[in-house]
Amino acid sequence: MAMISLRNVSKWYGPQFQVLKDCTTEVAKGEVIVVCGPSGSGKSTLIKTVNALETIQNGEIVVDGITVNSPKTNLPKLRARVGMVFQHFELFPHLRIIENLCLGQEKVLGRSHDAAMAKAEALLDRVGLKVQAQKYPGQLSGGQQQRVAIARALVMDPVCMLFDEPTSALDPEMITEVLDVMVELATEGMTMMVVTHEMGFARKVANRVVFMDAGEIVEDALKEDFFGSPRSERAQTFLSKILSH
Amino acid sequence: MFSDFDFNVIWRSLPYLFLDGMSFTLTLTAIATVGGVLLGTVIAMLRLSSLPVLPAIAAGYANVMRALPLVLVIFLFYFLMPYIGQWALGTDRPIQVGALSSCIITFTLFEAAYFSEIMRAGIQSIPRGQVGAGYAIGLTYRQVMTYVVLPQAFRNMLPVIFTQTIVLFQDTSLVYVLSITDFLGAASKVAQRDGRLTEMYLFAAAVYFIISFTASMCVKRLQRRISIVR
Repeated sequence: MAMISLRNVSKWYGPQFQVLKDCTTEVAKGEVIVVCGPSGSGKSTLIKTVNALETIQNGEIVVDGITVNSPKTNLPKLRARVGMVFQHFELFPHLRIIENLCLGQEKVLGRSHDAAMAKAEALLDRVGLKVQAQKYPGQLSGGQQQRVAIARALVMDPVCMLFDEPTSALDPEMITEVLDVMVELATEGMTMMVVTHEMGFARKVANRVVFMDAGEIVEDALKEDFFGSPRSERAQTFLSKILSH
Repeated sequence: MFSDFDFNVIWRSLPYLFLDGMSFTLTLTAIATVGGVLLGTVIAMLRLSSLPVLPAIAAGYANVMRALPLVLVIFLFYFLMPYIGQWALGTDRPIQVGALSSCIITFTLFEAAYFSEIMRAGIQSIPRGQVGAGYAIGLTYRQVMTYVVLPQAFRNMLPVIFTQTIVLFQDTSLVYVLSITDFLGAASKVAQRDGRLTEMYLFAAAVYFIISFTASMCVKRLQRRISIVR
């Protein structure tokens, strides 16, 4: 069964501008899919519809058996089970690193402070940042902040993870440390939907690649097929541009 | 000309000036600040909400209050409050509202309008992504506000809130229109009783200046400290 399934998803900004056009795709349990495409193609919007940070006007989104776009869905409860990592980290700057990791556990999952602390420390250790627990986000480098952001999502024990361009706001030398954590997650069997331009990451761990352009899913192919011989001309052009250097 | 001055009058009336007058001034400032910030935050949140009607009412309130002179509002409330109370409680007669409670309520309501503008700017200064991140870990709207947005907004706006408090501290002297004895009122009474107007008003000016100036220096320091932490 699919962990994440999007069926005929459409979204408009205002009456005129359609950002998502009839998008259909799936992420099976344990699968990693990479969503790529030129900027403005609707990748970020698409991934944000999965945990309803963006609403949709048409279609259906089901995550772990729960229909996201149903008015009856308890969104906070659903979102707590879907981890999300943002382009600009979005750590809470007024809270210490450890507090960033405990907030959701205590307020959403109702864990005790001790249990939350233990979990937070374990995951900070895992992303190699245990010594930074008492610092504030502003005192950390971009790469470190993004690793904390991944840990903040993981402490909630998510059933799947969404990554929205997790490395595109980072200095080049910090990209690797973030990708390493993501690769490790993927090899452990986490279900992941990743918007990224890191084709190296896609080649290494993705099962499938979804290519978007102008709000449409132009190509949804196995990694080997996508990099070997993309069918659409638009995907070929895109690939030749980003792989030429 | 200074040879005619009797600065002893100040010395003699110090307990009255500070224990009666200044303590009232500071109490009113504190209550109106705390109440104004709390009420102002609620007004700001209503204004920014997508609820029906309420944003317009909140905006109307803030705009009307800020368009009226404080003295007028003090008078208006003092004379209207008994009738508002009568209407609200459904009693036969206008209810008695003392000058003291009237002015505390007035200042709180009046300052809330100004603080609501400050808090509105503060809330809007928080990047949208912060709200998204809060939602993404499963927080509700209320929790996002309580744990993510308002603490940051409040912190960013702290220097402005204190600056407004300094203005409020000076404005409290307007309670003289209801014959309440604040610091300036106390100084006035002594001045008129002993015929030492110049001395007392000079002294009152000096006290207001020292307190306000020191406070704004502190705000400047606070501003620098907060900007480093961010």
